[in-house]
Order: sequence, then C-alpha cells, then structure tokens
Amino acid sequence: MIANYGYKDGSGEYYISIDTDKCIDCTAARACLTACPKNMFEIITDDYDDEVAWVKKESTRTLAYSCAECKPAGGYTSLPCITACTPGAIKHSW
Amino acid sequence: MNAEVAAASVAEAAPEKKEFWRWQENTVWDENKDWRDAKIITCGIDVGSVSSQAVLVCDGELYGYNSMRTGNNSPDSARNALQGIMDKIGMKLEDINYVVGTGYGRVNVPFAHKAITEIACHARGANYMGGNKVRTILDMGGQDCKAIHCDEKGKVTNFLMNDKCAAGTGRGMEVISDLMQIPIAELGPRSFDVDVEPEAVSSICVVFAKSEALGLLKAGYTKNKVIAAYCQAMAERVVSLLERIGVEEGFFITGGIAKNPGVVKRIERILGIKQVETKIDSQIAGALGAALFGYTLMQKQAKAA
Repeated sequence: MIANYGYKDGSGEYYISIDTDKCIDCTAARACLTACPKNMFEIITDDYDDEVAWVKKESTRTLAYSCAECKPAGGYTSLPCITACTPGAIKHSW
Repeated sequence: MNAEVAAASVAEAAPEKKEFWRWQENTVWDENKDWRDAKIITCGIDVGSVSSQAVLVCDGELYGYNSMRTGNNSPDSARNALQGIMDKIGMKLEDINYVVGTGYGRVNVPFAHKAITEIACHARGANYMGGNKVRTILDMGGQDCKAIHCDEKGKVTNFLMNDKCAAGTGRGMEVISDLMQIPIAELGPRSFDVDVEPEAVSSICVVFAKSEALGLLKAGYTKNKVIAAYCQAMAERVVSLLERIGVEEGFFITGGIAKNPGVVKRIERILGIKQVETKIDSQIAGALGAALFGYTLMQKQAKAA
C-alpha cells in the first residue's frame, strides 16, 4: 500500500509517501525513526495488522514547515529520512 | 417576569432561522428480513466531523442504518446513531456480536470492540456497494476529502487525504447553501439551470470562496450561476487530489457530496468517466465497511475456536 501523508493548499502539495510493502520487513532497523530531526515517524499497526511506519498525525498538517530545514536550503544534500530508509519506502512529493 | 419566561418571550418573538444547510437524516432497514434470524450481527459506527452513521450487518449483508448529524461529543453521537436504529427494530446492544468504530471520532466509541480508519472502511464499504470492479474511491466527507485505490477485495492499495482545508468538502457546500439560502438538496439540480456554464470560483478556501460568491452576486450573477461556479470549483479541487494517485475505471464516490449531482456530474465530465452507480446511501459507506470488517473478524474468531 502507498500511504500518502500530508496536504495540498494554496502554496503547493506536500506529501510524504510510504510504501508499506517495502516497510513491513524493514531491513534498515527502522532507521527513519531516529533519522528525522523532527521525530515525525512512528511505527503503528495498520488496519491490516501490519507493523509499518507512518507520519504522526500532528505532523501531517505542517510538513512544508517541519521538513524545510532538511531540504537543500537547510544545508542537506539529501533528505535524512529518505537516506536512512534503504528499502526505498519513503518519498517526498516536493 | 423571571429570566426563563423572559427568554421564552424573546424566543417566541424572534423569527425562526431556516437552516438551509440541514440535510436529511434517515433511518432505513430491510422490513422483509428479521434480524433475529441472523447468526452474526455486526455493527459499524462512523463518527464523522459532520455526520454519524450506525450500520447493522446481519450475516454479512446490509440490514439497516441510521444517519444523523454529529453532536458535540463523539461518544453521545455514536450512542445516538445506534440507538436511533435499535429503537425502531427492537434491538438491544447485547444482541450485537461485534462493533467497529471508524471515522474521526472512532477512538471515542465506548462500546466498540475495535477501531479501524475510515480509509480502510470506505474502501471496504465501496467494494460492497459498487461491487468488486471498484478501484478508485473518492470520499467527500464533511471536513476532509480522501482519494483511495483498492483491489478487487476492497483492500486499500494507495490513499491520500486532505484534512487541512475545507475546500471540496461537505462543510463547504453547507456554507454556500446557507449563503444562497437554498436548501442543500436543491443545490445540485439548480447548478445546471444556467444558460452558460460559468468559470469556477477561483478561491479554493471556503472562507474566500464565500466572499467571492458574494462578489459574484453583487456583479449580477444569478444564484444558480454562483452555485454552478462553486460546484465546478469543488469538482476541479477534488479532481486535482484524485490525479495525484491516478484514476482507474471503476470509479466510486462516497460521502454526502455523492448525493449532489452538481458536483458529481462535473467530476465525471472533467475525468471523462462515469461513476459506478449504487442504490445504497453513499453516506453510509464508512460505517458499512466497518460493520463488514467486524463480520470478517467474527468469522476468523469462529474458525480459530
């Protein structure tokens, strides 16, 4: 399942996508949890009883701001969450 | 005159404010069946931000439901929704084998055995309502909007939701209904009663769309033309959301806005596909899906025992 967390507003589209099929058997020891400086990821049991990562509810409406410091303007050349997720389950839409 | 009498006098003197936004609450059940004959009775309770539904499923088949406006707290809304149908059919809570809560207030359904997200429940409900050919679901809820892809069993394969903005939601339509002073059920049909289809209102924000609608009325637009412009804007808004995950054949719309042909026909026109028709109330899809999840869980428990 591709789970898209985020929103679209007048300024643009801000979604973090998590491919739960790649996330279920994580080979990166859930590195996303510690890689995100804003601690936005969390492991949950989804509706189909799979343990997967998701973006915490309180973060989904503020992604444009919360992720800003990890974008190139913040000094990063690659996003920490995407780099840490070696199975390639995480993507940003912007 | 005491305060109570004074308040009553004021209430009598004040003209009754018409609630144009108020949609039809209803309780429906299959009078040809008796729930007492069922081996497994499951219930889905969808406590949404605007409406609450209780759906009863007997042996995996839809038996009845109650749909009403959500009150100011989730537990009471859940209780009232279920009580509304149970009172009419002579059922008690103890007669129900399994209750699943869903929707925005799902964790606050006191008598629920399990809570499941509305995304999974809408997909499951749409699969029941529209059949196993349903692949793309658009849920236009009271205060959010969801685009969902599912497989032939109604299992979610891709989803996204937008709950940050009320544009493209039922609440937005209620605001326009009140502004135009036209009952909400008439908005859709009236939106087609225009000589030329107007441009969509440009604002995607409900607050600004309301200001823009007022501006159009002052500029000489008829009410019908303003409604058409708003319906078009809503359609364009949700289509942009859908396009993010892609639209496949087997398109199905759930939620209250599915009852508004002014929006539905415009979405179909933009996408170039027709939605899958159903005779079941589109507003109960989430609760129906929840009840069906409950039925599957009961079957699994029975097999395991």
